[in-house]
Amino acid sequence: MIVYRKRRLVEAFMLLLAITLAMGGYILTHLNIDAELPEQWPWALGILGSLALLAHIVVRIRIPYADPLILPIVMLLNGMGLAMIHRLDLGSDPLTHSAELQLMWTSVAVAVFCIVLIVLPDHEILHRYTYLLFLAGITLLMLPLLPVIGSEKHGSRIWIQLGPYSFQPAEIAKIVLAIAFASYLVDKREVLALAGKRVLGIDLPRLRDLGPIAIMWLASLAVLVFQKDLGTSLLFFSLFVVMLYIATERPSWPILGILLFVVGAVASYPFFSHVQTRVSAWLDPFSDFDRNYQVIQAQFGMAWGGLFGTGWGLGRPNLTPLAKADFISAAIGEELGITGLLAVMLLYGILATRGMRAALGSREPFGKLLAAGLSFVFVIQVFTILGGVTRLLPLTGLTTPFMSQGGSSLVANWAMTALLLVITHHARRPQIETANPVTSLSSETTQIIEVKA
Amino acid sequence: MNQPIRAVSVAVMVMFLALMANASASSVLRQTELNENPQNRRVSDARFAQNRGAILVGKTAIASSTPVKDRFKYQREYSNGKLYAPITGYYSYFYGTAALENTQSRYLSGSTDLQVLDDLIKSAAGQVPKGAEVHTTISAKAQKAAWDALDGRKGAIVALDFKTGAVKALVSYPSYDPAQLATHDLDASKAAWEKLNADTDRPMANRATREIYSPGSTFKLVTAAAVMEELDLTPDSTVDASAFKLPGSTKTYKNNCGGDEITLRQALMKSCNPAFARLGVEVGAEKLQAQAEKFGFGQRFLDDIGSAASKFPTDIDGAQTGMSAIGEYEVQASPLQMALVVAAIANDGIMMQPYVVESVVSENLATIYQREPQQALVPISVTTARGLQSMMETVVESGTGYRAAIPGETVGGKTGTAVTDRVRSPYAWFVAFAKERHIAVAVFIEDAGLKDDDEVAGGKLASPVAKAVLEALK
Repeated sequence: MIVYRKRRLVEAFMLLLAITLAMGGYILTHLNIDAELPEQWPWALGILGSLALLAHIVVRIRIPYADPLILPIVMLLNGMGLAMIHRLDLGSDPLTHSAELQLMWTSVAVAVFCIVLIVLPDHEILHRYTYLLFLAGITLLMLPLLPVIGSEKHGSRIWIQLGPYSFQPAEIAKIVLAIAFASYLVDKREVLALAGKRVLGIDLPRLRDLGPIAIMWLASLAVLVFQKDLGTSLLFFSLFVVMLYIATERPSWPILGILLFVVGAVASYPFFSHVQTRVSAWLDPFSDFDRNYQVIQAQFGMAWGGLFGTGWGLGRPNLTPLAKADFISAAIGEELGITGLLAVMLLYGILATRGMRAALGSREPFGKLLAAGLSFVFVIQVFTILGGVTRLLPLTGLTTPFMSQGGSSLVANWAMTALLLVITHHARRPQIETANPVTSLSSETTQIIEVKA
Repeated sequence: MNQPIRAVSVAVMVMFLALMANASASSVLRQTELNENPQNRRVSDARFAQNRGAILVGKTAIASSTPVKDRFKYQREYSNGKLYAPITGYYSYFYGTAALENTQSRYLSGSTDLQVLDDLIKSAAGQVPKGAEVHTTISAKAQKAAWDALDGRKGAIVALDFKTGAVKALVSYPSYDPAQLATHDLDASKAAWEKLNADTDRPMANRATREIYSPGSTFKLVTAAAVMEELDLTPDSTVDASAFKLPGSTKTYKNNCGGDEITLRQALMKSCNPAFARLGVEVGAEKLQAQAEKFGFGQRFLDDIGSAASKFPTDIDGAQTGMSAIGEYEVQASPLQMALVVAAIANDGIMMQPYVVESVVSENLATIYQREPQQALVPISVTTARGLQSMMETVVESGTGYRAAIPGETVGGKTGTAVTDRVRSPYAWFVAFAKERHIAVAVFIEDAGLKDDDEVAGGKLASPVAKAVLEALK
């Protein structure tokens, strides 16, 4: 029996490092551009420092056994994102103030993080609302298709607009559906694992159990067809398939899932010009300079940055359209070099391993499945967007978790972090009840009477 | 559930490895190509933001970079831009570079192998590396004199030292100010470029080296050289100057040369059309073409600035040969080419390679390039060259080029007027050499403004300009 240490001091030290690195980026940007310290640096340090301190204190009180690296990594990615957004603000003409807004959203996100930790000390509570959450998730996902509030930006209908505020409900749906999937699959795993026919050495599931995967497949296709959002569609479908696989332990599910995805992709390819554009931009961006301008500029930027980058504030990341949002990793690649970009990838990689480690360490199936699912949501986002920017894959418009500009994504990802931390807390917490069972009831001062079987 | 979680973890690690491997591979394999792509604004902007070295005439910079507070950091400036535009060329954001700004760009920007190591050391020490200075052969005084003497007429002047090939003056009018194109106000630069290109006077055309025109009677020097070389004529040989009807044509050159039997010297002095047309037909198209090519027709000179090759037509009949012999029909030459013809004659038959860049001096005052005079061609023998010199001196002493005479000095010359068609006014030419000063000069005026009198234009308009340039080079 491993007894984990709390490691809160490690977390505190790592948080300090994260804040230092983020502030370093911010200050270096100003030193390199104006050759002087930014006027508001004490404010920036104060706000960022307080947020980190607040998160740390809440973690210390509510979930003291939580994983010590997850929060610092998230803080570092968020801080670097803020520094880079601010750097891109400075490079914009006219000057923009996205970083201030992003800092506001960071505060909201950290607040949501703390609230989740305070109201939800045990993730098991979430297990109770399977179908409600499933319904809520699908509704959120489909919300942008509604006539009045749904709105289309950059060719994808994934936004809802309420007065001056717009947000992406799919970001919230990520969490809600991950929870819903986990609780549904934990309940049904035995049934779903029952073998149907055996074809080519693979045990196919029974036909009647194909219902849920069919529903998710259709929902993903609906997102692709009606919202024209390849990334979101891919995210939900792959999340479902992976969780199904983990729950049932049957490789036939991912195989079937990949087949369905391939069928869907191949069948829909000729009908979606935006998908074709993405594929041509991936394989041969220079075939159409104007249409693939963004991808090409990102490539130019990263090439210009070279191995070690131009340095904060010394590159030209503003030449890449949407550099603050989808292409923030290209800006990192330009100013911090391929070295910096690999470091960021490694940070996400460590985050993913910590999440997967929590899944392995968790002692009950719901926690396991939820931790694996939440980690996989991070992974699939990072893989598709960074892969798209670096031309490993066709570009899909997913956000770079914690770094790219956008409130809904930031809040959702911080909330997911909170859930993940709760699970790690339960996984790492010493199991006094089971590890050290009371040796003799008679030695206790009061008698314990079993009332339930 | 642990087994599938492990499997998913492995898949996740593979995904991250793929991301990192792909990013590394891109950096290694694609970087150079991307950075060399002409559409890469980061690279072109960085190039435009260089602290380029100056281009100098004597000790004065005619192009230099001064630090400014904008994203391009250094503004290229041109003192007396219009005067030197054909030499400096321009340095622009959208339209690249021209002339010395183009051909010497590697020195000016400091990107030659010799300079790169220096720059690395400088950059490491936190200093901004600066490009090398390009020293030209141009004489500020001659350049100014040539510009003033041209006095706002469309045309060009090339003067060079015939012993070395060093170009002393190179003027083209109308001109443009390269500062208009070098400005960091890119919209203004675009507007200027469009305006300059739309201008029917074509101010950006380098009339001195990159444009070719009918050389008119100045080409008779080449014809004279051909007959002296091939038919062993001397200045005192008698030639038939009677009216000459072009073979197979109705066109006849009337005798205007003061007698049917005159010497070759008199024929050149009078710029006698029937005599030279007849001599051209006599020596033949092939030999005439060969002589023109020996003088450099068909070749490009002055790579520092760039030039157009002059042309002598191929596969021509008798009538066309006769016309070509007096510089009509399709013979076309740049003012530079005609200056080179005179330079070869004046230098006893040896044509030196023309050049504008004298030396390149790096920021730490080391000479990283020094031009040595080179022989380009030997178009004629010493005897022919001396004969031609003597005849050209006669042209200035008592012929059509008397306006170019400078007391106490030996000056030879040849006028030319090319009537291209009956509508536009003729081209006026004058080519000359000053023996003691080793200067050969070609003056070309595009719009002589006179229509009828064949020989007047070159003598009247162009020869005083040549004289002014020669005098400025004292």
